[in-house]
Amino acid sequence: MCDTCGCNVTPGNRHLLAEDGRHAKGSDGRQAVEILQSLLSENDHQAAHNRQHFEQHGVLAVNLMSSPGSGKTALLEQTLELLRDRLRVAVIVGDLETENDAVRLRQHGVTAVQISTGSACHLDAHMVHSALHEIDLSEIDLLFIENVGNLVCPASFDLGHHRNVILLSTTEGDDKPAKYPVMFRAADLMLISKCDLLEVLDDFSPQRAMQQLQQLANPAPTLQLSAKRGSGMAAWIAWLQQQLDDHRQQIVKDLGTLPPEHSHHHHPHPHHH
Amino acid sequence: MHELSLCSNLVAQLQQLADGYPQLRLVEVHLTVGPLAGVEPALLQHAFPVAAAGTVAAEATLRMTVGTVQIFCPRCQRQSEASANNLSCRYCHEWQTQLVSGDELILQRVEFEE
Repeated sequence: MCDTCGCNVTPGNRHLLAEDGRHAKGSDGRQAVEILQSLLSENDHQAAHNRQHFEQHGVLAVNLMSSPGSGKTALLEQTLELLRDRLRVAVIVGDLETENDAVRLRQHGVTAVQISTGSACHLDAHMVHSALHEIDLSEIDLLFIENVGNLVCPASFDLGHHRNVILLSTTEGDDKPAKYPVMFRAADLMLISKCDLLEVLDDFSPQRAMQQLQQLANPAPTLQLSAKRGSGMAAWIAWLQQQLDDHRQQIVKDLGTLPPEHSHHHHPHPHHH
Repeated sequence: MHELSLCSNLVAQLQQLADGYPQLRLVEVHLTVGPLAGVEPALLQHAFPVAAAGTVAAEATLRMTVGTVQIFCPRCQRQSEASANNLSCRYCHEWQTQLVSGDELILQRVEFEE
Protein backbone atom coordinates (compact mmCIF):
# COMPACT_ATOMS: atom_id res chain seq x y z
CA MET A 1 0.00 0.00 0.00
CA CYS A 2 1.07 3.52 -0.75
CA ASP A 3 2.01 5.39 2.41
CA THR A 4 0.56 8.73 1.49
CA CYS A 5 -3.03 8.06 0.55
CA GLY A 6 -3.60 4.37 1.26
CA CYS A 7 -4.19 3.54 -2.40
CA ASN A 8 -3.10 0.15 -3.69
CA VAL A 9 -0.42 1.50 -5.99
CA THR A 10 2.63 -0.71 -5.64
CA PRO A 11 5.83 -1.06 -7.64
CA GLY A 12 4.13 -4.09 -9.18
CA ASN A 13 1.17 -2.31 -10.67
CA ARG A 14 2.40 1.24 -11.07
CA HIS A 15 3.24 0.61 -14.73
CA LEU A 16 -0.43 -0.17 -15.35
CA LEU A 17 -1.30 3.31 -14.28
CA ALA A 18 1.60 5.36 -15.61
CA GLU A 19 0.45 7.83 -18.19
CA ASP A 20 2.04 10.74 -19.94
CA GLY A 21 2.31 13.42 -17.30
CA ARG A 22 -0.05 14.71 -14.70
CA HIS A 23 -1.60 17.48 -16.67
CA ALA A 24 -1.45 16.24 -20.23
CA LYS A 25 -3.39 18.58 -22.49
CA GLY A 26 -4.71 16.94 -25.63
CA SER A 27 -4.94 18.59 -29.03
CA ASP A 28 -8.74 18.51 -28.73
CA GLY A 29 -8.69 20.96 -25.83
CA ARG A 30 -9.21 18.21 -23.30
CA GLN A 31 -7.24 18.34 -20.13
CA ALA A 32 -6.37 15.09 -18.39
CA VAL A 33 -5.47 15.09 -14.72
CA GLU A 34 -3.74 12.09 -13.14
CA ILE A 35 -5.14 11.25 -9.72
CA LEU A 36 -4.00 7.77 -8.62
CA GLN A 37 -6.08 7.80 -5.49
CA SER A 38 -7.95 4.89 -3.97
CA LEU A 39 -11.71 5.12 -4.21
CA LEU A 40 -11.69 4.19 -0.57
CA SER A 41 -9.24 6.89 0.49
CA GLU A 42 -11.79 8.70 2.65
CA ASN A 43 -12.70 5.50 4.48
CA ASP A 44 -9.05 4.48 4.77
CA HIS A 45 -8.19 7.85 6.29
CA GLN A 46 -10.88 7.42 8.94
CA ALA A 47 -9.76 3.82 9.53
CA ALA A 48 -6.21 4.96 10.21
CA HIS A 49 -7.62 7.45 12.69
CA ASN A 50 -9.63 4.73 14.46
CA ARG A 51 -6.55 2.51 14.58
CA GLN A 52 -4.63 5.31 16.24
CA HIS A 53 -7.31 5.57 18.94
CA PHE A 54 -7.09 1.83 19.59
CA GLU A 55 -3.33 1.87 19.81
CA GLN A 56 -3.29 4.85 22.17
CA HIS A 57 -5.16 2.65 24.60
CA GLY A 58 -3.42 -0.65 23.84
CA VAL A 59 -6.69 -2.08 22.54
CA LEU A 60 -6.78 -4.93 20.01
CA ALA A 61 -9.70 -4.59 17.58
CA VAL A 62 -10.94 -7.80 15.95
CA ASN A 63 -13.31 -7.67 12.97
CA LEU A 64 -15.63 -10.71 12.84
CA MET A 65 -17.08 -11.44 9.43
CA SER A 66 -19.24 -14.20 7.97
CA SER A 67 -22.49 -15.01 6.18
CA PRO A 68 -25.69 -14.38 8.10
CA GLY A 69 -26.45 -17.24 10.46
CA SER A 70 -22.98 -18.73 10.79
CA GLY A 71 -22.97 -18.13 14.53
CA LYS A 72 -21.07 -14.89 15.15
CA THR A 73 -23.25 -13.82 18.06
CA ALA A 74 -23.36 -17.29 19.63
CA LEU A 75 -19.56 -17.47 19.38
CA LEU A 76 -19.24 -14.05 21.00
CA GLU A 77 -21.58 -14.99 23.83
CA GLN A 78 -19.46 -18.01 24.74
CA THR A 79 -16.25 -16.04 24.23
CA LEU A 80 -17.41 -13.30 26.62
CA GLU A 81 -18.11 -15.91 29.28
CA LEU A 82 -14.67 -17.49 28.87
CA LEU A 83 -12.90 -14.12 28.92
CA ARG A 84 -14.74 -12.87 31.98
CA ASP A 85 -12.20 -12.07 34.75
CA ARG A 86 -9.45 -12.45 32.16
CA LEU A 87 -9.77 -9.64 29.63
CA ARG A 88 -11.95 -6.54 29.51
CA VAL A 89 -14.04 -6.65 26.35
CA ALA A 90 -16.49 -4.45 24.44
CA VAL A 91 -18.42 -5.18 21.26
CA ILE A 92 -19.62 -3.10 18.34
CA VAL A 93 -22.41 -4.89 16.49
CA GLY A 94 -23.54 -4.14 12.97
CA ASP A 95 -27.06 -5.23 12.21
CA LEU A 96 -29.44 -4.25 9.45
CA GLU A 97 -32.53 -3.48 11.49
CA THR A 98 -32.71 -4.91 14.98
CA GLU A 99 -30.90 -4.50 18.26
CA ASN A 100 -31.33 -8.21 19.06
CA ASP A 101 -27.64 -9.14 18.91
CA ALA A 102 -26.52 -6.25 21.13
CA VAL A 103 -29.20 -7.14 23.68
CA ARG A 104 -27.96 -10.75 23.75
CA LEU A 105 -24.36 -9.61 24.28
CA ARG A 106 -25.15 -7.09 27.02
CA GLN A 107 -26.53 -9.95 29.09
CA HIS A 108 -22.91 -11.05 29.47
CA GLY A 109 -21.98 -7.85 31.25
CA VAL A 110 -20.15 -6.01 28.50
CA THR A 111 -20.70 -2.75 26.64
CA ALA A 112 -22.30 -3.62 23.31
CA VAL A 113 -22.95 -0.76 20.91
CA GLN A 114 -25.39 -1.43 18.12
CA ILE A 115 -24.91 0.17 14.72
CA SER A 116 -28.14 -0.18 12.77
CA THR A 117 -27.02 0.05 9.19
CA GLY A 118 -30.53 0.15 7.71
CA SER A 119 -30.10 -1.08 4.16
CA ALA A 120 -26.30 -0.77 4.21
CA CYS A 121 -24.62 -4.10 3.73
CA HIS A 122 -21.39 -3.39 5.62
CA LEU A 123 -19.82 -1.32 8.36
CA ASP A 124 -17.44 1.45 7.38
CA ALA A 125 -14.79 3.30 9.34
CA HIS A 126 -17.05 6.31 9.98
CA MET A 127 -19.79 4.19 11.53
CA VAL A 128 -17.25 2.51 13.80
CA HIS A 129 -15.86 5.88 14.81
CA SER A 130 -19.31 7.11 15.85
CA ALA A 131 -19.82 3.98 17.92
CA LEU A 132 -16.47 4.54 19.64
CA HIS A 133 -17.91 7.58 21.35
CA GLU A 134 -19.98 5.21 23.46
CA ILE A 135 -17.03 3.06 24.53
CA ASP A 136 -14.36 3.95 27.05
CA LEU A 137 -11.28 2.54 25.36
CA SER A 138 -9.15 3.00 28.46
CA GLU A 139 -11.39 0.46 30.20
CA ILE A 140 -10.96 -2.39 27.70
CA ASP A 141 -8.30 -4.71 26.27
CA LEU A 142 -10.19 -6.20 23.38
CA LEU A 143 -12.84 -4.80 21.03
CA PHE A 144 -14.86 -7.14 18.85
CA ILE A 145 -16.53 -5.63 15.82
CA GLU A 146 -19.29 -7.97 14.68
CA ASN A 147 -19.73 -6.97 11.06
CA VAL A 148 -22.95 -7.26 9.06
CA GLY A 149 -23.55 -10.84 7.93
CA ASN A 150 -22.31 -10.68 4.35
CA LEU A 151 -19.34 -12.26 2.58
CA VAL A 152 -18.98 -9.61 -0.11
CA CYS A 153 -19.21 -5.97 0.91
CA PRO A 154 -17.51 -5.85 4.35
CA ALA A 155 -14.25 -7.09 2.79
CA SER A 156 -13.69 -3.76 1.03
CA PHE A 157 -13.85 -1.52 4.08
CA ASP A 158 -11.01 -1.09 6.53
CA LEU A 159 -12.47 -0.23 9.94
CA GLY A 160 -9.19 0.44 11.69
CA HIS A 161 -9.18 -3.07 13.18
CA HIS A 162 -6.06 -5.19 13.61
CA ARG A 163 -7.25 -8.71 12.84
CA ASN A 164 -9.89 -10.25 10.57
CA VAL A 165 -11.59 -13.39 11.80
CA ILE A 166 -13.86 -15.13 9.32
CA LEU A 167 -16.39 -17.71 10.38
CA LEU A 168 -17.39 -20.49 8.05
CA SER A 169 -20.09 -22.73 9.49
CA THR A 170 -20.46 -26.40 8.67
CA THR A 171 -23.98 -25.69 7.39
CA GLU A 172 -22.46 -23.72 4.50
CA GLY A 173 -20.46 -25.05 1.57
CA ASP A 174 -16.81 -25.84 2.18
CA ASP A 175 -16.05 -24.08 -1.13
CA LYS A 176 -16.89 -20.64 0.26
CA PRO A 177 -13.23 -19.48 0.22
CA ALA A 178 -13.11 -20.04 -3.55
CA LYS A 179 -16.46 -18.32 -4.05
CA TYR A 180 -15.60 -15.29 -1.94
CA PRO A 181 -11.85 -14.86 -2.48
CA VAL A 182 -11.72 -11.18 -1.54
CA MET A 183 -13.19 -11.89 1.87
CA PHE A 184 -11.21 -15.05 2.65
CA ARG A 185 -7.93 -13.61 1.37
CA ALA A 186 -8.25 -11.00 4.13
CA ALA A 187 -8.63 -13.59 6.93
CA ASP A 188 -6.06 -13.72 9.72
CA LEU A 189 -7.94 -16.68 11.16
CA MET A 190 -10.64 -18.92 9.70
CA LEU A 191 -12.99 -20.38 12.26
CA ILE A 192 -15.04 -23.37 11.23
CA SER A 193 -18.09 -23.03 13.43
CA LYS A 194 -20.90 -25.42 14.40
CA CYS A 195 -18.49 -28.36 14.29
CA ASP A 196 -20.86 -30.35 16.51
CA LEU A 197 -22.87 -30.80 13.29
CA LEU A 198 -19.98 -32.33 11.33
CA GLU A 199 -21.08 -35.86 12.11
CA VAL A 200 -24.43 -35.34 10.41
CA LEU A 201 -23.28 -32.89 7.71
CA ASP A 202 -20.86 -35.27 6.08
CA ASP A 203 -20.60 -33.25 2.86
CA PHE A 204 -18.66 -30.48 4.63
CA SER A 205 -14.94 -31.18 4.70
CA PRO A 206 -12.82 -28.87 6.92
CA GLN A 207 -9.81 -30.16 5.00
CA ARG A 208 -11.27 -28.94 1.69
CA ALA A 209 -12.07 -25.52 3.17
CA MET A 210 -8.46 -25.23 4.37
CA GLN A 211 -7.11 -26.22 0.95
CA GLN A 212 -9.23 -23.55 -0.67
CA LEU A 213 -7.93 -20.97 1.76
CA GLN A 214 -4.38 -21.98 0.84
CA GLN A 215 -5.20 -21.57 -2.85
CA LEU A 216 -5.78 -17.90 -2.05
CA ALA A 217 -2.14 -17.78 -0.90
CA ASN A 218 -3.42 -17.17 2.60
CA PRO A 219 -1.35 -18.87 5.33
CA ALA A 220 -3.90 -18.00 8.06
CA PRO A 221 -4.54 -20.79 10.57
CA THR A 222 -7.89 -22.58 10.83
CA LEU A 223 -9.59 -23.55 14.06
CA GLN A 224 -12.61 -25.82 14.39
CA LEU A 225 -15.05 -25.21 17.18
CA SER A 226 -18.56 -25.48 18.47
CA ALA A 227 -19.73 -22.57 20.60
CA LYS A 228 -22.73 -24.64 21.62
CA ARG A 229 -20.74 -27.63 22.90
CA GLY A 230 -17.66 -25.68 23.91
CA SER A 231 -15.28 -27.83 21.85
CA GLY A 232 -12.33 -25.96 20.34
CA MET A 233 -13.05 -22.84 22.39
CA ALA A 234 -9.81 -23.08 24.40
CA ALA A 235 -7.70 -22.82 21.23
CA TRP A 236 -9.72 -19.79 20.09
CA ILE A 237 -9.26 -18.04 23.43
CA ALA A 238 -5.52 -18.83 23.32
CA TRP A 239 -5.33 -17.36 19.81
CA LEU A 240 -7.00 -14.15 21.00
CA GLN A 241 -4.66 -13.86 23.98
CA GLN A 242 -1.65 -14.42 21.73
CA GLN A 243 -2.82 -11.74 19.27
CA LEU A 244 -3.32 -9.26 22.11
CA ASP A 245 0.17 -9.99 23.47
CA ASP A 246 1.72 -9.63 19.99
CA HIS A 247 -0.23 -6.43 19.40
CA ARG A 248 0.94 -4.86 22.64
CA GLN A 249 4.53 -5.87 21.96
CA GLN A 250 4.23 -4.16 18.60
CA ILE A 251 2.87 -1.00 20.25
CA VAL A 252 5.78 -0.98 22.70
CA LYS A 253 8.13 -1.35 19.75
CA ASP A 254 6.46 1.49 17.84
CA LEU A 255 5.78 3.92 20.66
CA GLY A 256 8.51 2.91 23.10
CA THR A 257 5.99 2.15 25.85
CA LEU A 258 2.46 0.96 26.44
CA PRO A 259 0.12 3.90 26.90
CA PRO A 260 -0.78 4.61 30.52
CA GLU A 261 -4.27 3.65 31.54
CA HIS A 262 -6.54 6.60 32.13
CA SER A 263 -9.35 5.27 34.21
CA HIS A 264 -12.74 6.93 33.72
CA HIS A 265 -11.32 8.90 30.87
CA HIS A 266 -13.75 9.03 27.98
CA HIS A 267 -12.88 8.69 24.33
CA PRO A 268 -10.93 11.92 23.90
CA HIS A 269 -11.73 14.19 21.03
CA PRO A 270 -9.58 17.27 20.97
CA HIS A 271 -9.28 17.16 17.17
CA HIS A 272 -11.64 18.29 14.46
CA HIS A 273 -12.82 16.22 11.52
CA MET B 1 -24.38 -3.80 -2.54
CA HIS B 2 -21.62 -1.41 -1.66
CA GLU B 3 -21.03 -0.15 -5.20
CA LEU B 4 -23.39 2.77 -4.64
CA SER B 5 -21.56 3.91 -1.53
CA LEU B 6 -18.26 3.60 -3.42
CA CYS B 7 -19.73 5.78 -6.17
CA SER B 8 -20.80 8.34 -3.58
CA ASN B 9 -17.20 8.43 -2.31
CA LEU B 10 -16.01 8.77 -5.88
CA VAL B 11 -18.38 11.65 -6.57
CA ALA B 12 -17.17 13.43 -3.42
CA GLN B 13 -13.59 13.07 -4.66
CA LEU B 14 -14.62 14.36 -8.09
CA GLN B 15 -16.36 17.35 -6.54
CA GLN B 16 -13.15 18.29 -4.71
CA LEU B 17 -11.14 17.92 -7.91
CA ALA B 18 -13.57 19.92 -10.00
CA ASP B 19 -13.42 22.76 -7.49
CA GLY B 20 -9.81 23.20 -8.59
CA TYR B 21 -10.86 23.66 -12.23
CA PRO B 22 -13.92 25.91 -12.02
CA GLN B 23 -13.70 27.02 -15.65
CA LEU B 24 -13.69 23.44 -17.00
CA ARG B 25 -16.31 20.74 -17.42
CA LEU B 26 -15.71 17.19 -16.14
CA VAL B 27 -16.26 14.81 -19.07
CA GLU B 28 -14.51 11.52 -18.30
CA VAL B 29 -13.55 9.53 -15.24
CA HIS B 30 -11.11 6.62 -15.50
CA LEU B 31 -10.90 3.89 -12.89
CA THR B 32 -8.67 0.84 -12.62
CA VAL B 33 -10.42 -2.09 -10.99
CA GLY B 34 -8.64 -5.33 -10.12
CA PRO B 35 -10.47 -8.69 -10.03
CA LEU B 36 -9.69 -8.87 -6.28
CA ALA B 37 -10.94 -5.38 -5.48
CA GLY B 38 -14.26 -6.78 -4.33
CA VAL B 39 -16.18 -4.65 -6.78
CA GLU B 40 -18.38 -5.63 -9.67
CA PRO B 41 -17.56 -3.28 -12.58
CA ALA B 42 -21.05 -3.63 -14.09
CA LEU B 43 -22.68 -2.65 -10.80
CA LEU B 44 -20.31 0.27 -10.44
CA GLN B 45 -21.24 1.38 -13.96
CA HIS B 46 -24.94 1.24 -13.07
CA ALA B 47 -24.51 3.00 -9.74
CA PHE B 48 -22.41 5.86 -11.08
CA PRO B 49 -25.18 7.89 -12.78
CA VAL B 50 -27.32 7.55 -9.66
CA ALA B 51 -24.57 8.91 -7.40
CA ALA B 52 -23.53 11.54 -9.97
CA ALA B 53 -26.98 13.01 -10.65
CA GLY B 54 -27.09 16.69 -9.79
CA THR B 55 -23.31 16.90 -9.19
CA VAL B 56 -20.28 18.03 -11.20
CA ALA B 57 -20.03 14.46 -12.45
CA ALA B 58 -23.56 14.33 -13.85
CA GLU B 59 -22.41 14.62 -17.45
CA ALA B 60 -19.23 12.59 -17.08
CA THR B 61 -18.65 9.17 -18.63
CA LEU B 62 -17.23 6.47 -16.37
CA ARG B 63 -14.57 4.28 -17.99
CA MET B 64 -13.03 1.28 -16.29
CA THR B 65 -9.92 -0.74 -16.97
CA VAL B 66 -10.23 -4.17 -15.44
CA GLY B 67 -6.79 -5.48 -14.53
CA THR B 68 -5.52 -9.03 -14.18
CA VAL B 69 -4.33 -10.90 -11.11
CA GLN B 70 -0.53 -11.16 -11.19
CA ILE B 71 1.43 -13.09 -8.60
CA PHE B 72 5.11 -13.52 -7.83
CA CYS B 73 6.41 -16.90 -6.71
CA PRO B 74 9.22 -16.67 -4.14
CA ARG B 75 10.16 -20.31 -4.78
CA CYS B 76 10.75 -20.27 -8.55
CA GLN B 77 11.18 -16.49 -8.74
CA ARG B 78 8.72 -16.09 -11.59
CA GLN B 79 5.71 -13.90 -12.09
CA SER B 80 2.53 -15.31 -13.55
CA GLU B 81 -1.11 -14.50 -14.10
CA ALA B 82 -3.53 -16.17 -11.70
CA SER B 83 -7.27 -16.44 -11.27
CA ALA B 84 -9.05 -14.64 -8.43
CA ASN B 85 -9.64 -17.84 -6.48
CA ASN B 86 -6.40 -19.65 -7.19
CA LEU B 87 -3.25 -17.67 -6.54
CA SER B 88 -0.88 -20.65 -6.73
CA CYS B 89 2.16 -20.40 -8.99
CA ARG B 90 1.36 -21.47 -12.52
CA TYR B 91 4.82 -23.01 -12.98
CA CYS B 92 5.76 -24.76 -9.74
CA HIS B 93 2.36 -24.78 -7.98
CA GLU B 94 3.76 -23.17 -4.83
CA TRP B 95 0.79 -21.75 -2.87
CA GLN B 96 2.53 -19.11 -0.75
CA THR B 97 2.82 -16.51 -3.49
CA GLN B 98 2.76 -12.74 -3.30
CA LEU B 99 0.11 -10.65 -5.00
CA VAL B 100 1.71 -8.22 -7.44
CA SER B 101 -1.49 -6.69 -8.77
CA GLY B 102 -5.19 -7.39 -8.85
CA ASP B 103 -6.68 -5.70 -5.80
CA GLU B 104 -6.59 -2.13 -7.11
CA LEU B 105 -9.57 0.16 -6.90
CA ILE B 106 -8.15 3.40 -8.12
CA LEU B 107 -9.32 6.68 -9.51
CA GLN B 108 -6.69 6.91 -12.16
CA ARG B 109 -7.46 9.96 -14.24
CA VAL B 110 -10.14 12.51 -15.01
CA GLU B 111 -10.60 14.56 -18.14
CA PHE B 112 -11.94 18.07 -18.35
CA GLU B 113 -13.17 20.01 -21.35
CA GLU B 114 -13.28 23.75 -21.87
